[in-house]
Amino acid sequence: MFHDTVLHDAGVIAGKDLRLEWRSRVTTNQIAPFALLVLILFAFALDPDRGILTRATAGLFWVAVLFSGLLALQRTFAIEAADGNRDGLRLSGLDPAGIFLGKAGAVALELLVLEIVLGAGVALMYGTIFRSWLLLVVTCLVATTGVAAAGSLYGVLAAGLRVRETLLPLLLLPILAPVLLGATRSFEAALAGVPSDGWPWVELLAAFAVIYVAFGVLAFGSLLEEA
Amino acid sequence: MEPVVHFRAAVSLLGRFPALAGVDLDVQRGSIALVHGPNGAGKTTLLRTCAGLVPVVDGEAVVLGHDLRQAADRRAVRRRVGLLSHATCLYDDLTVADNVRFWARACGATIAEADAAMSALGVDGRLADVSVAKLSAGQRRRTSIAAMIARRPELWLLDEPHAGLDAAARDVVDGLVRAAAAAGATVVIASHELDRATALATDVVRLAGGTVMPAPREEVTAGVS
Repeated sequence: MFHDTVLHDAGVIAGKDLRLEWRSRVTTNQIAPFALLVLILFAFALDPDRGILTRATAGLFWVAVLFSGLLALQRTFAIEAADGNRDGLRLSGLDPAGIFLGKAGAVALELLVLEIVLGAGVALMYGTIFRSWLLLVVTCLVATTGVAAAGSLYGVLAAGLRVRETLLPLLLLPILAPVLLGATRSFEAALAGVPSDGWPWVELLAAFAVIYVAFGVLAFGSLLEEA
Repeated sequence: MEPVVHFRAAVSLLGRFPALAGVDLDVQRGSIALVHGPNGAGKTTLLRTCAGLVPVVDGEAVVLGHDLRQAADRRAVRRRVGLLSHATCLYDDLTVADNVRFWARACGATIAEADAAMSALGVDGRLADVSVAKLSAGQRRRTSIAAMIARRPELWLLDEPHAGLDAAARDVVDGLVRAAAAAGATVVIASHELDRATALATDVVRLAGGTVMPAPREEVTAGVS
């Protein structure tokens, strides 16, 4: 019964957030082009002819994902901070765990779409060849879950503050360092066609995701009250 | 009969300062209570306290049977009240229908109830598919009221409900308030528009300096004239 309520509430929130993105087109018209721009700037900075770009592809991909993810997270909590919407959520009676799962789920879905766009971008611009598809897909799913969960927790924490736009990256990027490390190593293994080297990193990513999802389910209500 | 709102020497803080400094207030079921007073008197804080959004740190405060000193009770009372505040609680990029239906679903109401509320406030039809960002201030206010009444609250908490509305929309709101009270809901209104609000109210109290003072209807009406 508890789980049904939480899942229903998560569906209501995720549906609203995805509808908002669909209507505003911010992800497709602003965040996705920004992510591709980051890849292009890396290509300018690291001369493709010297092979550095090819070796650094995995790291550059995930740095672009994290930067784009920050924009998506800032937006998803900025809309709740505007015009009393946070009070509306508190008054709604929605389960805070459901609100957390709904917001993190919507952000995760947006990030997965961005990762597909970025994947096409590195294939076209950097000449990357993807080999171990299973490892790539699982890495993306698990790392994205961790980024969305941790981001939603810190997003609601920063949402009530006047300096939220500048504070969120400062709070979140150090926390996401393990995700950057694990996802990059796992991607490198997948690109090299040696998936066995990548699975231990996926375990690290999964542990990160489980910890932050569990923490979010338990703590989001208190953070929403205090923010 | 137990009053729906029962405050005795209730104290609420905004930051470190008491916004309600020992309020005594009883509002009976089915009544329409007008709370008036100067800016900064604590009217908005009183409504937010009744809604369970501001904790009561001292005294007695019971709303719909929930003790507002307890965090669990404050969360419980929120499901049963509707708060119309200065903020509209609307998402600019969503349409009128998206907004009203979202808040209705979030509060456990049905799509049909949301659509009925939009119809009652005249924000249905072609207006329902317009993005909230493109609405006038009055249309936003009507949408906000529709979102609030769609959840069929037992206690209506209305902060300046006539602000930004034209004469026709004000009449609609007054009609909805009277109908809700007749159906057993309780209404607390904070307003500066004393002529209209006094005509609507069954009880009138004055809030000043965070405390409630007696406000005979004749004095309020005389003040208006």
